[in-house]
This record gives sequence, structure tokens and C-alpha cells, in this order.
Amino acid sequence: MNNNKKVTSNATASDEAVTVSLYQSQAKIYARAVTGIFTSWRWVFVWATQLVFYGLPWLSMNDRQAVLFDLEARRFYIFNLVLYPQDFIYLTGLLIISALALFLFTAVAGRLWCGYACPQTVYTEIFMWIEHKIEGDRSARMRLDKNGWTGNRAVRKMAKHGLWLLVALWTGATFVGYFTPVRELVGAMAGNALGPWQTFWVFFYGFATYGNAGFMREQVCKYMCPYARFQSAMFDKDTMIVTYDEARGEPRGARKKSASPSELNLGSCIDCTMCVQVCPTGIDIRNGLQYECIGCGACIDVCDEVMDKMGYERGLVKYATQNGMAGGWSRAQMLRRALRPRVLVYTSILVLITVSLFTSLFLRDPMRVDIIRDRGALARMVEKGWVENVYRLQLMNATEHTQRYAVSISGLDGGVMTADDDGVFEVLPAEIRSVAVRVRVPPMRYPTGSYPLQFVVQTLNAPAVKRHTVTETSTFVMPR
Amino acid sequence: MSDFISDFWSNYVAIITLVSILLCVVLLWISGTTKVKPADDNTTGHVWDEDLKEMNNPLPRWWVGLFIITVLFGLLYAFLYPTLGSDPGRLGWTSTGQHAVEVQKYQERIEPIYAAFNAMPVEAVAKDPKAHAIGERLFMNNCAQCHGSDARGSKGFPNLTDKDWLYGGEPETIKTSIKGGRQGMMPAMAAAVGTAEDVTNLAHYVLSLSGSPHDSIKAAFGKSKFVSCAACHGMDGKGNTALGAPNLADDIWLHGWGVDHVVSMVNKGKHNIMPAQGAKLSDDQIHVLTAYVWNMSNASK
Repeated sequence: MNNNKKVTSNATASDEAVTVSLYQSQAKIYARAVTGIFTSWRWVFVWATQLVFYGLPWLSMNDRQAVLFDLEARRFYIFNLVLYPQDFIYLTGLLIISALALFLFTAVAGRLWCGYACPQTVYTEIFMWIEHKIEGDRSARMRLDKNGWTGNRAVRKMAKHGLWLLVALWTGATFVGYFTPVRELVGAMAGNALGPWQTFWVFFYGFATYGNAGFMREQVCKYMCPYARFQSAMFDKDTMIVTYDEARGEPRGARKKSASPSELNLGSCIDCTMCVQVCPTGIDIRNGLQYECIGCGACIDVCDEVMDKMGYERGLVKYATQNGMAGGWSRAQMLRRALRPRVLVYTSILVLITVSLFTSLFLRDPMRVDIIRDRGALARMVEKGWVENVYRLQLMNATEHTQRYAVSISGLDGGVMTADDDGVFEVLPAEIRSVAVRVRVPPMRYPTGSYPLQFVVQTLNAPAVKRHTVTETSTFVMPR
Repeated sequence: MSDFISDFWSNYVAIITLVSILLCVVLLWISGTTKVKPADDNTTGHVWDEDLKEMNNPLPRWWVGLFIITVLFGLLYAFLYPTLGSDPGRLGWTSTGQHAVEVQKYQERIEPIYAAFNAMPVEAVAKDPKAHAIGERLFMNNCAQCHGSDARGSKGFPNLTDKDWLYGGEPETIKTSIKGGRQGMMPAMAAAVGTAEDVTNLAHYVLSLSGSPHDSIKAAFGKSKFVSCAACHGMDGKGNTALGAPNLADDIWLHGWGVDHVVSMVNKGKHNIMPAQGAKLSDDQIHVLTAYVWNMSNASK
């Protein structure tokens, strides 16, 4: 760090200067409602994400909920997939994809996630819309809060909090509906018959929604969120960020619409403070990029509106890169820099992992076999001097039909397999069955040591699945 | 509970813990009463990399509240739970105590299940699929280590799926075996039998009882020596379940098959132990397990 360019405060005013505490109660932010292209995009994302979130648990498939994470039974149903805890790698893949996508979007255009798709933003948007509908816009809300308690205020506040609580509770119930069947859950809620954990999670998640979207809002982004911190660290000089065009805007000042700015020696900024009023985090974008900025573009929308009214060119506040602002580039020039190596690397890794994840999901066997050799005794001698090893096969049926599996061995010369039911086992839908399988070899055939062998498990009757086999390797041990 | 070799260390830990919490409060107090003078443009006056300024952003008040709550929580926790060195805390919580409570809860939950089985005879329990599943898990966790996960045993460990029982295959006998264990004693008989040649001849005779490959001339010589064995194994070599003496006339060889194995058995004897499970498993569990084991050799297949 070099502090050699410290900005020193004005020495004459220093005695009079205000001293501030390191802690202050935060002023409530009354964000003005805004319309425009970026606000519309945010609503698109609100609808898209919430239709999925609220709607998905209500879809049915194969006489069950289409998407259900049954923690108690350790089965995870995602449409026609039945996943086991053993498929945890897919969750890992999903998280890697999410992280890389976040890196990619952030490198290209700053905090897109924060501004458009983050649940904190989305629910705040929904809650602010309710607030706006009931209490009115910014100035009306400020008046309402300032002028003491009246009947009108009480009614409006109660209506607002009532609606908020309804939305929050519904959100909590939906969340829990991913883990326990949502239809039963809603029925149980209506009949007041929720289990203790269901109750806890519905209310906990509901309360978190109510508190975060209703009260904490920008405080979450400013003081709690780790993503916000490291997204800011992923900017570079070619990242598209919400920028105030200082060169064009300054010196700022009020003027008549008819006046010519150049004659008054003024920039394009008319100092109407609209950009400050619409900002959900309460900052002034004209001070440059700040860590509070969630990149929502509300100030762009409102400033473009003002510029239109004044008859000035749009884009006093716009998405632009630092390099672009410094070099006076056009928008196209800035966008071309989006194809820089960093972005290309992110993109290629992202595509690679996404493709491999889906390929592997598509090719995934709807059955798994785990082999556990008996540990107690390595081997046993059976009649006529044959030597036998015992294995437990865990047959996992990841389909929703009863399956019959035929077990056989290969790769062990002279080896003979015996098992109950001639090695054909029936496994119920989405169940695991553990079966004992014995393999014996003729006397004196093998010297002491361990020999690899393969268990071949074949699906016999598979109405919904094409006939296929799974091969797992184990070892045969010849004792001394 | 002695976590430390002397009281000094217990106090050492306790004092460090309390002082740390106290210092957190002091830190909050110092920073809370500090006043700073921001520059005219509401920055702290710090600039890095030519244009990176630090703006004056006071932490919110609610954050202070959370900090205080955290401190209070820490103190309350230290008061209630074991935190300060060896101090047990007012609630007297221990992990063993918690474990005991969980076990207690679990017992209460499974009691009715076992109670239903307890009322039934072993043969009826054996037919119950639920009991079978419980029995299988018990067997896998407690018996499979020696008897194999398919219960067919191996050298020295009896096969539980056949009809051949050392002590008899009645449910009550199986239960006794599981609960109290068994001590199989075959004394060293070399002295009683005679010379090494006598022992070899005897071994051939023993093999002849089950029709295993043997030298019939040697077996004829060895027949007279079998008197020493007959006390336990019976004149016909069919064994004695009262003593747990194996049947020598069948084709099942628990301790190895062939002349060499029989000779070494006669010479050295064998002390074979089935450990008692009564201390590890409850009577309820043993009842269900007995049914599972009994079923393996008696299931109508």
C-alpha cells in the first residue's frame, strides 16, 4: 500500500469538522420505484426463478412428486432420476458449475448475480413491490413514517406485514416441500399437524425471508454476504460495471430544460438525485464504483429517463468498463474485450464440466453394485478340497420398477459361483439389497496369493430400461 | 473426570477463556467510544493505488447488538456447559450422558417391536420377515466376522446353515450357545493312543467312518485304538451333542480334512471357543438372532 497521496482534510475547517463514531444506526432506505430495461430484466428473473421455486414441488411424475429430496430414505428424485447418496459427485459437479458460472458472469459484467438473480434481491423486489402497492412510492412512504401513528398508517402497516408474512410463510412451506411431499405438507399445515422439524424449518425459512427481504435488505449485501465480497474481487479493468460518466456529467448543476449546458458551463448531470433515490443500497453512483453497489442498474434506468426528458443523449450512467471509460471507447469496443483470455478460459472449463456432468448423468447406470469381501475369514476349505471366498453384493436399484438381477463371475479360471436362487435376485424399486455370493476354485489350482475377478450383474427384466450389465472388480484370496 | 494432570492447567484454560471474552468486550468498548474525523468528501483520507479511497462507512448499530449477544451467549454457555477447564457446567452435560439418553430413547422405541417377538416361540419368529431383517443385521454385525456373512463358517468356525450341530440344533440350545458361548475341548490323545504309527492308523480308521479316502489296512489296525476316542465321540463315531463332540462319520470336517489334520488333532488336541454374547446383546436381541440362525438350517428350501 502506498499512502503517499493521502487526501488531507482542510486544515482551517478541521477544528469545526464533525467527528463520527465507528458505529451508527443505519438510515432506512426508501427506494423510489423505477421502470426501464434493466428493471424489466430483473422482473424477468424474478418470475423465472420463482415460478421454478414455487412451482416445481407441485409437479408429479410416476405417482410421486417429480422433484423430492427424501433425506430420511436417502433417495433423491429429480424427474425420472433416482439418485443415491453414492451419487454425491453430481452435487459436487453442480456446485462447481455454479461457481464457475458466477466467475464467468462476474468477469464479464460485474455483479449480475447480485443485481438480477440472487434470492436476496428477488425477494426484496417482491417485498418492495408489495410495500409500494400498499404504502405508495418513496415520498408517500417517508411521509407515512414521519407523521406519527394514525389509523391510516396502522391499517397500511398491518396490511403490508400481513401480506409479507403470508409470502414468507408460503416460501418457507415451499422450501420444506422439497424435502417432504408438499401436498401432504400443505395439508398438514392446514390441519395443524406438522412434525416438529417441519414446523421448525417452515418457520425458520419463513422468518428468514420475512426478516431479510422486509427489514435487512441491503444490510445483508453490505455486511453479511461473502459472495458480495469476493465478486468485487473478480472485477478487472474490462468488466462491464455500472458507471457514471464523470467527464460528461461534471460540473453538475440544476438548469432549465431550454438552457444550453455549454453556455452555463455545466455538464450533463442536472443533479436531480434520482439515481440516489432509486438506489436500493442508498449510495450515490456518481462517487464512482463502491462496494455497496449490487449492479442492479436501477440508476441507469432512471437517469436515461431523465436524460430523455431533458433531451440529452442517454448513457450518463451506463454499463461500461474502466478501460473503456479511460480510452473513450464505444460500446462495441468494450464488448469486444469480453472475449479476453480470462473469460474464454472460464467459458471453456464451464462448458467442459457441464457437458461431462450431463453426459455422465445420461449414461448413468440405473443400478449400482458394491462388493464387500468377507473380512472375518479370508477363505474357507469346502468339500473335496475346493477353496471358497464369500462376498456380499450390495445391489442398488435406482429405477422405479422391481428389477431382477443375474449375478455371474468372469476372469477367474476354473472359478464356480454359487448363491441362493441361482444368483438371480429381485430388488424392489429404489431399494438396496445385500446378498451373499460364494466363489470356489478347484483344489491345488492356484498358489497362495490374491487374484482379480469380475462380478457381472445383468438386469433381466427391464421394461423401462434397456438390458444392460454392470461389471465390478474384486479379488479372490488363496490362503496358505 | 480428570482432563489435566494438575488443577493449574484447568485454571489456566479457564482464565484464558474468560479473559478472551472480556477483551472482546474491551475492544468493542474502545472502538465504540472512538471518534474519528472524516475528510470533507466523507472519506477516511486513506488512498491506495492512486485513486482507491476508503469511504467512511460506520458499522451498523445492530452489529454491535449482535456482538453483545454473542458475548452474553458465550458467558451463558460457559456457565451451563463444560467450558472452563475441568468445570462441569451447571447442567452437568457430558457426552457419555447424552449417549446414555439417546440409547435410552432408542431402547424405548424398539422395546415394543421386540416385545411382540418375545411373546412368540422361536419357530414363529423365524417366519416373520421383519424379525428376519433384524436378525440379519444382528448377525452381520456380531456373528459374520467368524461364521462368514453367509453363515457357512470356515476352518474352526462351524457352518450354521447345515443340519450338523455340535451341541444340537434345537432353538433353546442355539440360544444357550449364543448367550453363554461354548468351550470345545478336544484333549491331546497321543499318549493314550500310543506310537506315531498307531496315531496314523487311527486317523485312517477315523476317515473310514465317513467313507473318505483312506488306507483300509491301516484303518483295520487303527480300529482298536478308537476305544480312547469312543468316550466322547461314541463307539460309532457319531459324536455327542451333550459334550459338543463332533460327528466323525459324516463328511463335515470343522478342523480340516485328511490324514494330516486328523493326526495333528489327535496329537495336539484343540481348545475351540465360541465367545459368550450375553454381555453384548440383550435377551430380546438373542431371541430374534436365535430365530434367524435356526431358520438358516431349518428353512424349507
